[in-house]
Amino acid sequence: MLPVAYYIGLSAILFTIGALGVLIRRNPIVIFMSVELMLNSANLAFIAFARAFGEQNGQIFVFFVMTVAAAEVAVGLALIVTIFRSKRSIDIDQMNSLKG
Amino acid sequence: MNANLILFIILAGVAVGSALAMLFSRNAIYAALFLILNFVAVALFYVILDAPFIAISQVTVYAGAIMVLFLFVIMLLGAEQTGRTPARWWYQPVSLFLGVVLLIETAIIIFSQTGNLPAPVDVPDTFGTPLAIGQELFTNYLLPFEATSILLLTALVGAIVLTRGDKK
Repeated sequence: MLPVAYYIGLSAILFTIGALGVLIRRNPIVIFMSVELMLNSANLAFIAFARAFGEQNGQIFVFFVMTVAAAEVAVGLALIVTIFRSKRSIDIDQMNSLKG
Repeated sequence: MNANLILFIILAGVAVGSALAMLFSRNAIYAALFLILNFVAVALFYVILDAPFIAISQVTVYAGAIMVLFLFVIMLLGAEQTGRTPARWWYQPVSLFLGVVLLIETAIIIFSQTGNLPAPVDVPDTFGTPLAIGQELFTNYLLPFEATSILLLTALVGAIVLTRGDKK
């Protein structure tokens, strides 16, 4: 196996791209996908450390992160659909009020 | 340069390239497809890192189920092109600056801590197989596993309640 620092570096780059996606993009669905990218880069770091230490607990944790991500996507996309229904638009700049 | 390093560089290029393409593609459908490519590249990293079960879960759960949900919602709402309104002018430069700062910070930390990172140990052949993961999951991690089922049930009910619409 390559030194674990390679994988951590790759994970950091992917995380930064995800964070930039959240900051720059204006489409809420793409912002959501960027959050998934960040979760995924964290998973990569978990797996790399699990392999480096020879411990499977990291892989178990990735399994749980995937479950949480799936639940989060289901609820988040339901929220986006609901917002679209009430406002006829999902432009992020128009979601500035809490009124229904 | 050995074969492992070449493989790593190619896969890392695919992963970073598809992530950047997702960031810059104008059409949300293309962004979703590039994200699927990124997930598959990361799944290949999992295979290299002796995590075959997690790699298959990645492809089925992320690249399969979750991205189908994304594509479905994009097409349902016709949101391929939304979000093209110009933001405040300082938004993009400030975001890029913050991203570069984050990257430099992590680079400094990684390079200063290289000596503290663990040297990879040898692992048995059964490391990360579905059998080994299953044994761990259903003995030491049984309670979190059961809590996961409640989490998924809550998300299921929440999604249905949110999208149900007004009662007649």
